Amino acid sequence: MNPDLQGSPFASLLLIFLSAALTDNILLARFLGLCPCLGVSKKVDASVGLGMAVTFVTTFTAAINYLVYEYLLIPLDIAYLRLIVFIVIIAAFVQLVEMAIERLSEKLYQSLGIFLPLITVNCAILGTSLFMITRPFNLLQAFAFGFGAGFGWLIAITLIGGIREKINEDAVPAGLRGPGITLIVIGIMSLAFVVFSGMIQF
Amino acid sequence: MLSGILISVAFLVACGLALAGLLLLAERRILNFGPCTIDINNGKKVLQVDGGNNLLAALAENDIFIPSACGGRGTCAYCKLKVLDGGGTAGPIETPYLTQEEIKDKVRLSCQVRLRNDVRIRIPNHLFDIKRFRGRVEHKRSLTHDTVELRIALEEPSQISFQAGQYIQLESEPYRGREAVMRAYSISSPPSQNNAVETVIRLVPDGICTTWVFEVLKENDPVTFSGPYGEFHLSDPDRPCLFVAGGSGMAPIWSMLRDMRENNNRRPVSYFFGALTQADLFYVDDLRQLERDTDWFRFIPALSNEPPESDWEGERGLITDVITRHRPETAGDEAYLCGSPGMIDAAVRVLTAGGMPENQVFYDKFA
Repeated sequence: MNPDLQGSPFASLLLIFLSAALTDNILLARFLGLCPCLGVSKKVDASVGLGMAVTFVTTFTAAINYLVYEYLLIPLDIAYLRLIVFIVIIAAFVQLVEMAIERLSEKLYQSLGIFLPLITVNCAILGTSLFMITRPFNLLQAFAFGFGAGFGWLIAITLIGGIREKINEDAVPAGLRGPGITLIVIGIMSLAFVVFSGMIQF
Repeated sequence: MLSGILISVAFLVACGLALAGLLLLAERRILNFGPCTIDINNGKKVLQVDGGNNLLAALAENDIFIPSACGGRGTCAYCKLKVLDGGGTAGPIETPYLTQEEIKDKVRLSCQVRLRNDVRIRIPNHLFDIKRFRGRVEHKRSLTHDTVELRIALEEPSQISFQAGQYIQLESEPYRGREAVMRAYSISSPPSQNNAVETVIRLVPDGICTTWVFEVLKENDPVTFSGPYGEFHLSDPDRPCLFVAGGSGMAPIWSMLRDMRENNNRRPVSYFFGALTQADLFYVDDLRQLERDTDWFRFIPALSNEPPESDWEGERGLITDVITRHRPETAGDEAYLCGSPGMIDAAVRVLTAGGMPENQVFYDKFA
């Protein structure tokens, strides 16, 4: 199935969202954002917290980076600077969001805030922005793509967190405990996500 | 070509400046909590500080030193205090270090409490007396192969007032890529010597501060510490005392003993000191001298790993067994313990088995 990006706006957004979240799952298909995933996925609630922070940041940085890319980098003919520009924008955005959350809601800061510095230079977030500009999106679609990529990461880390909580009580051989068994779990899960591939293609 | 390079450089500079400016502006506008007051112990002291900082740092800026070994990173949990009002709830960094009781009592790690409004806190009164001292290493003397005596002459302030048994927090400086840390060491000199502090420091393999003391710090070097801290000191009554220590746990006991001698103590004291071999004993001559000079003191060193064929005539075996042999009935005694957590737990078990109520056991556990 080939999504008609010029067709019904809602359908195209939904398709972009689903493809980013499932077929192109940034964690399980692209293997990006693995380090915070290994570090935080010991518990489901921490996984959800970090996943939500990543989702929030990918969504908005994809949109901001889209604007910067389309309206500054391309017209100035300096698209080759995208890597460095994107990462600086992401870092600044994360700082800004952290401050805003801290000021606005202490409760949200407690649950989300401590994860934000962790993901400032996360490859999943940079990867989302870099994948986004390889596709012919408009602003809204870039937004949907960022949201989908982050949401896919959220799903993946939550599932991994749940499995790890359960594995914790199992008799895992000593040498495989911790990151070892987690990488095996992630590998098996990414095999499972292979079934989604090919469902949607750009 | 040249213009392309110029454009890209200009763009990067402009981009960086714009973002940095935005962040600075945001920090000033968003994270400006305005002036806050800190009310300590129901108005005993009221501080005016700028909001936005953490409570531990804000108190330190005003010369109130809360114990902290990790320097505000939320890993040592020494900086606990009660935040009665205005501190919000404990965050995920703090909760692993707090019991259910403590959370109900509004105990927080002060380094994790950001000042965003007026707060009311409660701290133990003796923390008001804690100061930061600058001094110089007067001497560094080897006691055993892994233990040194460090004597710091005070410069600013020039005098310290403490109780025998309290400790200081020595601040190590960065060296060979290791960060600066603060570590607690008991004072071994008696309170009557108020122009210097002495400590006994045992080398912890790979320990940041002890390695610094052993390998970097030299005589005459400047050092900084804060103190005195701790609630480990002799209580009042005239009950016979049992002192139990191992390794550098000698320090607070040695301070107490010298303090008792100077104040014409009459309480009977038995001091059980545990070590591996004869080579791990120190201050033995001083302690034997004290034994001869007074009629209230007995020193009972016990070696757990001394070769059986050696010339050692004193006690052998685990310190706990030696205590039981010498003092099977402990109901009327008071015990002061200082050493590793394992030694203290074992000693508390044999002492309470001998009839000692738990409120007559006092200890200073260090890992």
